Amino acid sequence: MGEGEAVMIPVAMSVNGRPVELEVAPGSFLLEVIRDALELTGPKECCLEGECGACTVMVDGVSINSCLVLAAEVHGSDITTVEGLATDGLSALQGAFLDHAAAQCGYCIPGQLVAARAFLDVNSNPTRAEVREALAGNLCRCAGYEQITDAVLDAAGAPS
Amino acid sequence: MIGASPRRIGGITRVKGTQKYVSDIRLENVLHVKLVTLDVARARIDGIDSSKALQAPQVIDVITPDELPHPIPRFGPLFRDRPVLAVGETRYHGEPVAAVAAETPEAAAHGAKLVKVDHEPLGGGVFSISDALDPESPLVQGPDLRPNDPFANSNIFREHRYGWGEIDEAAADLIVDHDYGFPMITQFAIEPHAFMAAPDGDGIEVWSSVQHPFLLQKTLGRVLDLPLSRVRVHAPDPGGGFGGKQNPKYEPLVAFIAMRTGRPARLVLSLGETFQTVRRTSAEIRVRSGFKTDGTLVFQDIDANFLMGAYADIADRVVGKSGYLAAGPYRVPNVQILARGLLSHTTPSTAMRGFGIPQLTWARESNLDEAARQLDVDRVQIRLMNLPEKGEQFIPDETPADGEWRQALERAAELIEWEAPKPEGRGRGFAVGLKSGPTTGLSYSTVRLLADCSALIYAGTSDMGQGARTIFAQLVSEELGVDFDQISVVMGDTSRVPYDQQTSASRSSVLMGNAIYSACEDIRSQIRRRFAERRGLDESEVAVTQGTIRWNGQESPIRDEIANVLGPLGGEIIGNGEMRVEGDPDHPLGGRAVFYELHVAACDVEVDAETGAIEIPRYVTVGDVGRSMNPRQVAGQDEGAAIMGLGHTLMERMILDESGRILNMGAVDYRILTSMDVPTEMISDSIENADGPGPFGIKGVSEGGLLATSAAVGSAVTDAVGVNVRDLPITPESIWRAIKEQQ
Repeated sequence: MGEGEAVMIPVAMSVNGRPVELEVAPGSFLLEVIRDALELTGPKECCLEGECGACTVMVDGVSINSCLVLAAEVHGSDITTVEGLATDGLSALQGAFLDHAAAQCGYCIPGQLVAARAFLDVNSNPTRAEVREALAGNLCRCAGYEQITDAVLDAAGAPS
Repeated sequence: MIGASPRRIGGITRVKGTQKYVSDIRLENVLHVKLVTLDVARARIDGIDSSKALQAPQVIDVITPDELPHPIPRFGPLFRDRPVLAVGETRYHGEPVAAVAAETPEAAAHGAKLVKVDHEPLGGGVFSISDALDPESPLVQGPDLRPNDPFANSNIFREHRYGWGEIDEAAADLIVDHDYGFPMITQFAIEPHAFMAAPDGDGIEVWSSVQHPFLLQKTLGRVLDLPLSRVRVHAPDPGGGFGGKQNPKYEPLVAFIAMRTGRPARLVLSLGETFQTVRRTSAEIRVRSGFKTDGTLVFQDIDANFLMGAYADIADRVVGKSGYLAAGPYRVPNVQILARGLLSHTTPSTAMRGFGIPQLTWARESNLDEAARQLDVDRVQIRLMNLPEKGEQFIPDETPADGEWRQALERAAELIEWEAPKPEGRGRGFAVGLKSGPTTGLSYSTVRLLADCSALIYAGTSDMGQGARTIFAQLVSEELGVDFDQISVVMGDTSRVPYDQQTSASRSSVLMGNAIYSACEDIRSQIRRRFAERRGLDESEVAVTQGTIRWNGQESPIRDEIANVLGPLGGEIIGNGEMRVEGDPDHPLGGRAVFYELHVAACDVEVDAETGAIEIPRYVTVGDVGRSMNPRQVAGQDEGAAIMGLGHTLMERMILDESGRILNMGAVDYRILTSMDVPTEMISDSIENADGPGPFGIKGVSEGGLLATSAAVGSAVTDAVGVNVRDLPITPESIWRAIKEQQ
């Protein structure tokens, strides 16, 4: 190791059900590792300060902003990105997003879907207000909030 | 398929997370670029020392003006005033003075910090409309950039004057005269702008989240001195454009880096950097209008100042085109309009959804509301009584009213329950917006009907969320009888799709739609000829309409005849289509409106008079759309636009400090609406009379929803608490202050 190079930290995690072992720099955020090392580009970069939700992934079932979490922190965790929401075809939630035309430009949608999945896993019969509150951390500039909310309500209760 | 709402084409990749936006595309051996900028808007550059940066690990290149051709190439959609890197001085906060290319983003960012820019902050910058109008202010652009321009020694970029009749104050029973302010806001696409370039033999390949790939191709060809055939622009679907991604920005810089280093180069802006790259023109607008006691408009005198920014981009067109329609959708016998664009030491403003009309509509409709209240005329009635009938020429020599606009106003009033009683603290508002669509246009399309009766559509439109692919596929499905899910739409690559002027002004369903329609007609005429040949018929005995072939009293779907029509060799049928709107060089805008977007906004608001807090229990949006090709997508556009409009109405505003730095760059300090901020109930509807110039009588729809939002909310706030707020955004603080002032 050359002078000035950081110590690398070994991290083992499960990503979308697949075991992954890699070494990360201490300052690497989970989003960078997912996008650059694992080449899963579903989670998106936008604000990089935890405000927009485009980078949302689930860590052990909880939705988080992956731009704010160090990769080294999730050692031993199960990570789910949008790519892991359906192993085959589309999940009911993804289908509902299509049926309600909830995906316009689509850039925020991976984050919206993961946040919605994590929410529905703990509240399978939500009210409209609860859905809006659960997704308040996921900005959509196309402002498809009505359609997204309709889609989540439609998918509520459907098997994930 | 017309009036159906099939699942969006491109939807599956969007919900599976596999849609590739520019920053998701990996190029081998790529260099990462970081812009070098100064922490001040206006500074003289005395020298740039890149030696330290060049010695830093993994830094491959530093590009300064010295590394560029001289004079430094300039570009812009109408005026070529924007340099690839700042020349002599910086003119806005964030204007790049140099750029660093390195093996990693971190190394590029580190290298950018090591570039020493010897500079002197100049102070006295032009950051506001009053600064720009002050003859003592420094010039933002040197007079040498504007030869033979009478305004070259001022910060006035241009003045657009329109009008008809004569303003006669004495003829009016009431004159209402006020100033209205519209803030500096930014497009805030969730996908920050991303640019990549790679040498490609003796040409260049460029990737950009751009709305106008062919304009970018032309710009790069000129700046790099390459033939168009050696400039290939990949334009993957933008992750939101809203106008901010129309025109070239940093593509020329990234292309120079790729050509110098011989390696692909990649620049992905941070969200903060996008605030320094694109914004909407801010405005201060004086509206002086005269009325008869019954509410009839006698005159309108509108003086609008727009703060453009440091370079023109497309802002002068924003000023000129919106100014032309400043008097709105009304029958006004005497009109005088002055729309003035001003240069300033701020982010160059550019197109944004509505293209100047939201600013003017805020001012004009608020003024109209104040008149209605003073005259004690109903606020819906005052609009209806001045509204032109369909076919009526409400602006001399311009496209007449092209819809049953009255129906849109009446429908919105019905949906908001205009006459229904309101609880205490609740107000109701109503406003009308009118925007002209494109004034010129050129779109080509190729449609290939394949041997299995599936089809490929080639279109240069950018599908940035409006759902253009879906509309085009619905059209071809209808015209050729091809199953909707057997159609693929190819876009976003200048070497694969034929020329399209641009994706803007809600044009694509109409103009590209007509090009695709004519490509389908080309295919049908070939089918007719070949079918007649194969059957030994005269062509006159065969008709092909939509998906069906008819001959001698018989009929059969194209699908069932395609193998027979193509013959033993198979192959395909290739149709080409073109839609051309030449415009009129004598018209002040270069052409008449191809169609209008007329849109009505109505809402209820609840205002807490103690705190000024606003809630919107119900919001109604009604557009005159001609025909709704895809009602679900139309609702998405209308409601999305309305919510975007609520952003600049209630919360959005870029804040500058005394040195012109943007203080709130990013999502923490600049708020846009979240799912918690939207109206409790959102109702959208369309007026459909099939009276538009597109296929099946459609008009464009994507901007209408935000034209009148601010004025409807302002109208409702006044209705609720009795005060007028004339500067956006209408915040709890501004309402609270207005209430206190009145007391």
